[in-house]
Amino acid sequence: MQSQIGRESVKTDTMKILVIEDDREAADYLAKAFEESGHVAHVAGDGETGFALGETGSYDILVVDRMLPRRDGLSVIAGLRARGIETPVLILSALGEVDDRVTGLRAGGDDYLTKPYAFSELLARVEVLNRRSGAKDSETVYRVGDLELDRLSHSVRRAGQDITLQPREFRLLEYLMRHAGQVVTRTMLLENVWDYHFDPQTNVIDVHVSRLRSKIEKGFETPILHTVRGAGYMLKAG
Amino acid sequence: MRLPAILNTTAARLSALFILLFMVCAIALVTYMTSLSVRMLTGQTRESIDQEIAQLSQVYEVAGLPGIVRSIDRRARQPGANLFLIADPAGRILAGNVQSLAPGILDNKGWTERPFTYVRYGEGAAARDSDDPHKAIARIFELPNGLLAMVGKDLGEPERLRVVVRKALILALGMMAFGGFLIWFFVGRRALKRIDAVSAASRRIMGGDLGGRLPVSGSGDEFDRLSINLNAMLARIAELNDGLKQVADNIAHDLKTPLTRLRNRAEVALASSSNEAELRAGLEQAVAESDHLIRTFNAILMISRLEAGNGVTERGPVDLATVARDVCELYEPLAEEAGVTLACGPLADAQVAGNRELIGQMVSNVVDNAIKYAGGDGKDARVTVSLASRPEGPVLSVIDNGPGISPDDRERATERFVRLEESRSQPGSGLGLALAKAVMKFHGGRLDLGDAGPGLAVSMIFSRGEEKP
Repeated sequence: MQSQIGRESVKTDTMKILVIEDDREAADYLAKAFEESGHVAHVAGDGETGFALGETGSYDILVVDRMLPRRDGLSVIAGLRARGIETPVLILSALGEVDDRVTGLRAGGDDYLTKPYAFSELLARVEVLNRRSGAKDSETVYRVGDLELDRLSHSVRRAGQDITLQPREFRLLEYLMRHAGQVVTRTMLLENVWDYHFDPQTNVIDVHVSRLRSKIEKGFETPILHTVRGAGYMLKAG
Repeated sequence: MRLPAILNTTAARLSALFILLFMVCAIALVTYMTSLSVRMLTGQTRESIDQEIAQLSQVYEVAGLPGIVRSIDRRARQPGANLFLIADPAGRILAGNVQSLAPGILDNKGWTERPFTYVRYGEGAAARDSDDPHKAIARIFELPNGLLAMVGKDLGEPERLRVVVRKALILALGMMAFGGFLIWFFVGRRALKRIDAVSAASRRIMGGDLGGRLPVSGSGDEFDRLSINLNAMLARIAELNDGLKQVADNIAHDLKTPLTRLRNRAEVALASSSNEAELRAGLEQAVAESDHLIRTFNAILMISRLEAGNGVTERGPVDLATVARDVCELYEPLAEEAGVTLACGPLADAQVAGNRELIGQMVSNVVDNAIKYAGGDGKDARVTVSLASRPEGPVLSVIDNGPGISPDDRERATERFVRLEESRSQPGSGLGLALAKAVMKFHGGRLDLGDAGPGLAVSMIFSRGEEKP
């Protein structure tokens, strides 16, 4: 799995992931893929088991299928939230586009991915969700290597040199820096920087990223904004 | 069409109930009217008896007993005469037309009502000879010398009225019941026939004749309205069914190509790669190919869902100008890289009630398309996004100066998977305009493809009803 998406260089904290999914084959594939990416994954085959395991609060992330036997996925999430379990939840669903997503997030989910999906997308989202638990929201200055972004004064400097960015470029960099060291996909960028939840059809995001890259890398020795093939982008020093 | 089936219809039960109610009302009314008229007649009778008594008393005062006897004799012989009687205190009849009296009747002075036997003159032999007692009302009074006199009136007339009314009532009720039965038989039978026709038609449709429709008689009655609605429902189901079939066909035909390509790439990588780098390159191509497939699948699903009209209920006010600006800003770098000038404006103020995500995706798709096809023949490629507020509703236009689409092909261009021959060389799933069309339909508007001379003008026409004041 790792070699397929070119992730050897990515060093991630090991996460304990609970996959609640009734399709045995899909669940096993997910568990194996998560383990190959350096995480620990457990599988629950129905809603009740998933709820019981999730209730222990010992997982970093729950990946929950919406349609489950014995107990519906959304009800599992709502039940956990009612018990005060705040483990981040990513909902997997074969259901729709816009509304299902909204109901899923309202039920207490933190992110929503529609089947069919690419595993690289799922992995990137899961890793970002986990990092979010120890959010960087309180920090006013993000630093990655010699790159520095001040969220209050909206200024960006690299190695002491001021870099002028358009507002959208600033938000793009802010998001990348907040998740420095993690893969962010094109869809995640469109969602978080532009606030649209659809799949960008062509390379529209790539062009934005390469513009940003030219601003923060031109004239500097080391690349900092990396392309992760088949997955997305990662901001990382060195 | 058996009788028990008719009796079992709602129409039959209702008409039975109404007939019953109607009968009860009729009986009550007639009874009341009869008793009222009988009472009136009786009142008149008593009055005329009182008058006779007053006259007889006068005669008695003036002419004494012989006078009153003569007077009574005369009166009794007239046709339709009253009952007259004069008797001595012992009850022996002295004069009058009453032939016999049950003993003791004369002891009670005042009004009495009972059968009397009396002689009627001028009513034909049969009536005269009959000594059947007739019911009569009579008043008995005492003459000054102790003689008893009685004047009465035959109650035959009110009795006859009562009998006639009763007969009429029975006849009317009978006719009513019979008529009700007839009406209910024919109406119920008609209703049953219609329902049987509808049942037969639905059985036929369920049996596989999906093009079949329920019969509509054209009378516009409730059966027709029901059939029309059910037919509309069937048409909608057929439409959805066709859509489903089309999706399945399209998936089968059009996804075969990318799937084959995916398989071939994997096969080539397996067969001819001598080192890890080549293998990896092959696998990466395969992953890219499958990502493309996933994207296409998602687009198909979304279009189907929109066309089915379900799955999306989340609507809110959407500022079209903001969406247009967002999309322009999103595509500006891409356009620049492609050497296309992307102009945004003029943008009028327009809000619609809708789904921002869907509208955003639609505009992106259309702009994406426009950037792909703009320019050519050494022209400066140019795409213009503008928003106008027209009487029919806000119109969001995306105009390019590319080769455009010939009028014959425009309708086809918005169908799923149709990529016109000239565009085969361009990448894309062929779903952009189909999705835009589905989104516009979902918002109650329409997608219009026009000629920008040269180029394609895509107008997203929202309906006025969707607009927020």
